[in-house]
Parts: sequence; structure tokens; C-alpha cells
Amino acid sequence: MTILHFLSYAFIQKAYCAGTCIAVLCAMLGLFLVLRRLSLIGDGLAHVSFGAIALGLFFGFYPFYVAIPVVVAGSYFILRLTERAKIYGDAAIGIVSSVGIASGVILASMSNGFNVDLFSFLFGNILAISTKEVFLSLGLSLVVLLIILFLYHDLLSVTFDEEFAKLTGVKTDRINLVLTFLTAITVVLAIKVVGIMLVSALLILPAVTALQLARGFKAAMMISTLDAIVSVLSGITLSFFLDIPAGATIVLINAAFFAMALLYKKTMKV
Amino acid sequence: MNPILSINNLCAGYGQGEVLHNISFVVEKDDYIALAGPNGAGKTTLVKTLLGLMDRFTGTVEIFGQDIRRYERWDRIGYLPQRVNAFNQLFPATVKEVVGLGLLSQKRFPKRFTRDDMTKIRQTLELMDLADLKDKLIGELSGGQQQRIFLARSLVSDPDLLILDEPSAALDPPSRESFFELLKKLNMSKGITIILITHDISQIGEYANKLLYLDKKIVFYGSFADFCHSDEMSHYFGQFSQHLICHQHT
Repeated sequence: MTILHFLSYAFIQKAYCAGTCIAVLCAMLGLFLVLRRLSLIGDGLAHVSFGAIALGLFFGFYPFYVAIPVVVAGSYFILRLTERAKIYGDAAIGIVSSVGIASGVILASMSNGFNVDLFSFLFGNILAISTKEVFLSLGLSLVVLLIILFLYHDLLSVTFDEEFAKLTGVKTDRINLVLTFLTAITVVLAIKVVGIMLVSALLILPAVTALQLARGFKAAMMISTLDAIVSVLSGITLSFFLDIPAGATIVLINAAFFAMALLYKKTMKV
Repeated sequence: MNPILSINNLCAGYGQGEVLHNISFVVEKDDYIALAGPNGAGKTTLVKTLLGLMDRFTGTVEIFGQDIRRYERWDRIGYLPQRVNAFNQLFPATVKEVVGLGLLSQKRFPKRFTRDDMTKIRQTLELMDLADLKDKLIGELSGGQQQRIFLARSLVSDPDLLILDEPSAALDPPSRESFFELLKKLNMSKGITIILITHDISQIGEYANKLLYLDKKIVFYGSFADFCHSDEMSHYFGQFSQHLICHQHT
């Protein structure tokens, strides 16, 4: 089979298109999350989405339509628990994520036969993405991307030094809320690419790879984005030709890039 | 002429406890004020109030003639926090990027940097003798260099008032001296009013023109020479320390 023939498949085109958008979002947001030591919020919100998808399937709604508002609400709850109830961030993530998983398990046990559908979300399958999901990914990615671009300096300032950001008039509470909401939307979209179990890898790995090599924040963002796009596209391609799961392949390619970056840094003393 | 700062009957605290009691003083343009006092005296609380970071206070705080609760021109105030090295040392920001964050107080949505902003950043780095470091990562620099970079971040918006919270705590004696020299230069040549929290009142006495000694209330506010001859000095430091601290003022 020639590469052109492979590219002519509609499902490959859709996977490339949605995968690239989601990769860009994960790479950009992941950098802010990793630097703020909030890497595991992706994992926590993915667990919330497990419960939300179960809820959608239980009532017969399109799962992502339920997952997006529920996960955004979950992210808001994590933020408020941390700020108002003075609970450590990781503990707040733990509370919300375990409630998400527990709700999903209860709903699955009460249902009559959607377990197979629910468990397909655990590992994702970008090759099976529908046209509706591609448009949803494109639209939401565009919104998230524009927000990041417009708030770039505020996000950078809050990530680097929150107290100083506040003094320069940055509305830090609002920026934290925006970052959490964007993460929630991105996590739901990324579930289609790598699944609930591996979502946090897509947020963390490109960012930590970029941190090994970048000299400057903009450079870090570019390297992280490039890493994520290349991993997603090559992961989709390899999974097709080798007949292996796309999500896991994408994560392993990402991990290989990280290992190479680490090795390069140690060797070249960047 | 309006004073830079005018504080009347300020009382502030956290929860039930009052940390500052009935504080009143005025800061004039070009003042270089050392703010000193024992641990827990309320120095940082006072600075936080001046920076608009404290909600719970009574009395009036006017900054550039305007009530602090309604004050918006934060670009006129530069601030150097106590623990500048508390940031993530692996953060991939360059010196230029860090200094540029000081300009956000002048920006409106969408905040974009212009060519003029880049010139301001370059000029500030030159003023601080840091131009060679502009492309270095902030985490690669020594503690003293990082201190100067953060001072540059506070100065890039061309402030009229600079507030520093124990800036010399992490510096060795030579770096401390050159840092204080630099502040004096900024005070004299650029007319920046300075309020500096310090424990080292013997050294800062060579540079600052006034001392505000705090112990939940104002113990002393005036010149170093007057402080050295005051009863408050003897009470807080004793005769021996008085000699060490005041030798250049007596």
C-alpha cells in the first residue's frame, strides 16, 4: 500500500485533523500545568469524565455533550475546594476524581449493557472518530487556542509568580479559573485520542520534553507543540500499519521523545 | 505638593489578631525609607497593605493622593518580594521574558508587547548592567543576578515608588553593598522613592535618609541621626549595639 493510498482513507484524514488540533491544545496547556505542578489535574479530570460519559450513556445522550459540562464543573469544584476549603490541590484532585470513577462504576452496574461502550472510552480510538466529533474538536480547539493566545502574557505571569502577577493588575483568580476550564475541555477532547487512562500523558510528556531543550518560554511552547503533533501523527500512522492501538502508540512515541531529549540534555549539557 | 503616601490611623491584621495598630505617617517624594523592626512587628503586613494585597484594615491609606481601595495605576509602584528565588528554578523563561512581565501593569486586553516595550526592557537591563544576560534562562543565574533581574522587572514600568521586602537577606556582603549602592543611584538620579524592609539597620543607615521603626505601632519615624540619640534606640538595642549601629551618624 502506498502512503498516498493510506492518506486517502477518510478515517485517517479525520484522525490526523482532530489529532493535530488536540495535540496542540495538550502541548500548550500542559506546559502551564506542569510548571504550576498541576500535572495530575489531567488525570483527575479524566476520571471525572469516566463518570460523566457513563451518565451520558445511561440516559442515552451523546457522551461528550454530557462530559464537557460535567468535567468543567468538576474542574471548578477542584479549584474551589483548594481555595475556599483550604485543601491541598492534589487532595482536591483526588477527591473529585474518585467521586467521578465511583459514579461511573455505579451507573455501569445499574445499566443494561453499555459497559462495552463505556470501557471503549478508557483507551480511546482516534481512528474511529466521527465527522461530528472532528468538527466538535476543531471548533473547541479553535476557541481554546484563541483564549490561550489572547491571555498568553497573563497565563505566563501567573505561572511564573502569582503574587507579582496580582500586583501588576492581572486578575489571577480569573486566570486560574480560565486555565482550569480550558484543561477540562481539552481533557474531554483528548479522551478520543488516547483514552481516559492515558490523557495525562498527552498533557505531561510534550511539556517535560520541551523543558529539557527550550531556552525561553516561547521556545518551550513551540517544542512542546511540535513534539505533540509529531507523536500524534506518527502514532496514528504506526498504529494503522502495525495494527496496534493508536492511543498507546502515541503515548509510547511521546515517552521515546522525552527519553531522547533527556539523553541529549545530559550529553550536550544544554 | 501631594505626598507619595499618606497613612492615617491604619489598623490591620489577620483573623482576630491585630498586627498593625494606629499607624500614621507620610512619605514624601525622593524619600529613601528603611522600614525596620523585630520579627512579627508587622513590616510585611504594612507593605502588603501598601500594595493593595490586604483587605482587612481600618483607617485611610492614600497613594499618590488616591484611596488605595480604588487605586489602579499599579505601574507607578515597583515591588521586589522577599524570596525572589522561591520561583521554579526549572522555569524556561529568559531574562528578557521575566523583565517583560513588569510591563503588564501598563497593558490593556489583549496584552501585546510592542517594539517600544522591547526597547524599555533593553534599556532597563542596560541600566542594571545586565544586558549580557538577556537571553540567559533565569534559573541559570546566581542568587545575586536573579535579585537584580527581579529588581529590573520592578523598574521596567518606570515606577515612582519602589517597595523592597528584605532584598539583601540572600546576598553576601559585597553583593549587598553593591545592591544598596544601586538603589541609592536610582533614588538620586531617577528620583524614585524607596521603602525598604531590612533587619540590617547599621548598613542601610549609610544609604536611607529616614528610618521607620515598627513594633506593631510606630516606635520611631525620622532621620537616622535622631534615632541614634533617641530613647527608643537605647530601649530596643542597648548601649553597645547603639555604638555599632550609629557610629556613622554620631
